[in-house]
Amino acid sequence: MVAMSKIATGNGHGENSPYFDGWKAYETNPFHPTERPEGVIQMGLAENQLCFNLIKNWLIKHPEASLCTPQGVNKFKETALFQDYHGMPEFRQAVAKFMGKVRGDRVKFDPDRIVMSGGATGAHEMVAFCLADPGDAFLVPTPYYPGFDRDLKWRTGVELVPVNCESCNNFKITRNALEAAYVKVQEANLRVKGLLITNPSNPLGTVLDRDTLKSMVRFINDKNIHLIGDEIYAATVFMEPEFVSISEIIEEEDVECNRDLIHIVYSLSKDMGFPGFRVGIVYSYNDSVVSCARKMSSFGLVSSQTQHLIASMLSDDEFVDNFITESKKLLFNRHKYFTWSLSQVGIGCLKGNAGLFIWMNLRKLLKEETFAAEMELWRVITNEVKLNVSPGSSFHCQEPGWFRVCFANMDDYTMKVALLRIRTFMLKNNEAMVPLKLCRPSSLKLSLSRSLSRRMDDFMSPGIMSPHSPLPQSPLVRART
Amino acid sequence: MEFTRKNRQLLSRIATNDRHGENSPYFDGWKAYDSNPFHPIHNPDGVIQMGLAENPLCFDLIEKWIRENPDASICTAEGLDKFKDIAIFQDYHGLREFREAVAKFMGRVGGNRVTFDPNRIVMSGGATGANETAIFCLADPGDAFLVPSPYYAGFARDLRWRTGVEIVPVHCKSSNNFRITRAALEEAYEKAQRSNINIKGVIITNPSNPLGTVLDKETLRSLVSFVTDKKIHLVSDEIYAATVFSSPRFISVAEVMQDMDCNRDLIHIVYSLSKDMGFPGFRVGIVYSFNDDVTNCARKMSSFGLVSSQTQFLLASMLSDDEFVGNFLRESSKRLAKRHHVFTKGLEEVGISTIKSNAGLFFWMDMRPLLKEQTTKAETELWRVIINKVKLNVSPGSSFLCSEPGWFRVCFANMDDKTVEVALDRIREFVLQGKEENNHEADKSQARAQRWRKQNLRLSFSSSRLYDESLMSPHMISPHSPIPHSPLVRART
Repeated sequence: MVAMSKIATGNGHGENSPYFDGWKAYETNPFHPTERPEGVIQMGLAENQLCFNLIKNWLIKHPEASLCTPQGVNKFKETALFQDYHGMPEFRQAVAKFMGKVRGDRVKFDPDRIVMSGGATGAHEMVAFCLADPGDAFLVPTPYYPGFDRDLKWRTGVELVPVNCESCNNFKITRNALEAAYVKVQEANLRVKGLLITNPSNPLGTVLDRDTLKSMVRFINDKNIHLIGDEIYAATVFMEPEFVSISEIIEEEDVECNRDLIHIVYSLSKDMGFPGFRVGIVYSYNDSVVSCARKMSSFGLVSSQTQHLIASMLSDDEFVDNFITESKKLLFNRHKYFTWSLSQVGIGCLKGNAGLFIWMNLRKLLKEETFAAEMELWRVITNEVKLNVSPGSSFHCQEPGWFRVCFANMDDYTMKVALLRIRTFMLKNNEAMVPLKLCRPSSLKLSLSRSLSRRMDDFMSPGIMSPHSPLPQSPLVRART
Repeated sequence: MEFTRKNRQLLSRIATNDRHGENSPYFDGWKAYDSNPFHPIHNPDGVIQMGLAENPLCFDLIEKWIRENPDASICTAEGLDKFKDIAIFQDYHGLREFREAVAKFMGRVGGNRVTFDPNRIVMSGGATGANETAIFCLADPGDAFLVPSPYYAGFARDLRWRTGVEIVPVHCKSSNNFRITRAALEEAYEKAQRSNINIKGVIITNPSNPLGTVLDKETLRSLVSFVTDKKIHLVSDEIYAATVFSSPRFISVAEVMQDMDCNRDLIHIVYSLSKDMGFPGFRVGIVYSFNDDVTNCARKMSSFGLVSSQTQFLLASMLSDDEFVGNFLRESSKRLAKRHHVFTKGLEEVGISTIKSNAGLFFWMDMRPLLKEQTTKAETELWRVIINKVKLNVSPGSSFLCSEPGWFRVCFANMDDKTVEVALDRIREFVLQGKEENNHEADKSQARAQRWRKQNLRLSFSSSRLYDESLMSPHMISPHSPIPHSPLVRART
């Protein structure tokens, strides 16, 4: 074999993982309502497909947003030639305005701090390159998006150290947990450069409350380390509590913070449903980082054709306001129906109010409280129930039995088929289960209540509970996780 | 940019070093242009941009095609039903139709002597991203690549900045038209080995930026056998392939490989639509490797810089239109040839010679006769005069790591015909003025000029002997100043 780089021959891309089996199962046998009704339904893809009608209607009314219509073609040449890494001013202004609207206009974003990147994927890597040297570490609360392992570590040489969060307090990120992780890194003689949070959370589908955010800002300020807030799901918050952005927290009177430590990663992939357009944004309060990131953006600028379209679309206030409202409504409805149906067959979820997925609790279905058992259950779900969901261990969850299930990437019919399959599966298994109280849709159970844990004992196998299997090394990572 | 000590500790080494290449004196040229850009009516005395290698000559053809093919867009009434599928398409394999269209285009550009495999087409964030990705796949921090000079100034950033890889220039000389000789490669390789520098490969640009020349078959074969012998990689940046406007024709490394004994796993091509089509804004970079492992790795890395699916869709349609492509390539060559001819003839008339070139969006202008002395310092001085007095933003040879002072890259395609005239007028005026001023120096510098002439055989259109004597200063010719570290690097170099 010919010599390639260490980066190329290592496993840092994260794809040599058993979780690929789920994707393979889907790809070889994808569900189709008429052509392949027995196929695997894709529920591992966090996509927002609910609002395309709104977008199409807008496009019909605004042909000038395209470079290819008679109304827009006069802009084709200058746009095709435009490669300035500052980005089109109209694009930056429109994105800054959109980011503000998504936060209820409680905060204003400066268009001159908007820096482009190759999707959120590129944004994260770029931030890591700006803030850390090889061998430095970022703290990341678990469970977290598996793609971080590739985006932040692969080509940068940076380390990720998990901050353990537990279901017993709804995976809250506590100051204690942060301190413990920080100390652990120091003891390993590594340098902590920052804390990376995802708010709203992937995979939990929850938002961080004000106190937690303040506590984190104080923590990073005390330690003089960076805070990177991945807020790519900001507009997917469909019910209370309201989304609170880091950008708001740093303005609060009782929060003292060095703004040079604060950076936001944003994207239009989830909020607008445009992952194909590769619109990633790095927004930093640190001038040097803005300047450096902007130079790096040459490696992943947004296509000027797309900048032009987005600039037009997102500067239409009426459209944007309507889109945000409608999107929330559709997500709320979808989420409600999903979680209610699950509760009907005794499946609980973490109480969530955002994101394109639910964090499903299948702990009572595990043969034993191990990751091996989780994998076994996952294979059953993939191969027998024929749903591609994502097992919690792929998100570095410390407790086995949780699964992320995406609900916004399918039409109503497919959703019903998926729910029917789950129902069938649960009823089959329920023969051995204690009958469950039916939950009302408005009072979805929290994950670990006392009654539930009692029920768990009933289902635990009589065998010796084996210690947790070691966490699998490489979670599922694909361009479309 | 000044960093406070605290800030330096807060940020990475990459963020605080100079390897992005922008803290360079060459920025002055851009600044001069940005603060005083030429406009035929609003600012006729402004600086004319001749440092930007852009190809805007054929947009009339493109716009016509756009009007006739509304289904190439996902935003038109005809294409709207595709919007959703395209907007959610983020598979790093890329749209199949896009890969097929690009592979076909690359084949046509090479005269259909090679067929490119769509499954080897990997996307990247422009050629900028493609070059960086190739290096990330092939080399570790501290490794080095041999790069024949003069070379594109942006390589300093693209190949080195975030990768930690080094560039070892292989200096080519005007005495043999900057040919890349096997001897020069061997010498550079041996020297690197002796200094414990681990050479991982060679990067060539063919057609050459800044020379505007193509590599002949012999040189290409020599390069392929060199890397095969040394078991190192060859990355061929072919982004100017379709800008060849006269013979000799473009020969891709893919073509010479076909009838050679070589290790295909060592050969990789970087391509883009920024120069050939004139679409730098669309960020269409391509990594094409003959090595399966590199293809797979680059494809995974492409997540950091995929081509917008909206753009993939448009180009899939455009580049699969055989008739359009054929016509475009023919017209583009024709117009480039014409523009090139107008310029080189105009320069010839005032005794300025250029390297004989048949490709690219620029020519490599020989201003050595106008240097006070054969030093980089004198070149920089002359450059400042050209920017501030002649008001043309051209790129000095030292920004391309050229080992001989006095060469300048001048872009000719990125302006309209009227601006061409103005630029030529300004050059004529400057040269003739210079002649007058230095006439009285003629006798003193005759001997020196003779010596200089002997050292500098070059293929040129005119005999610049006409004013060698008159322009040489009586000063001692000082040895070459050390080559500056950071050439001009901008997103739009």
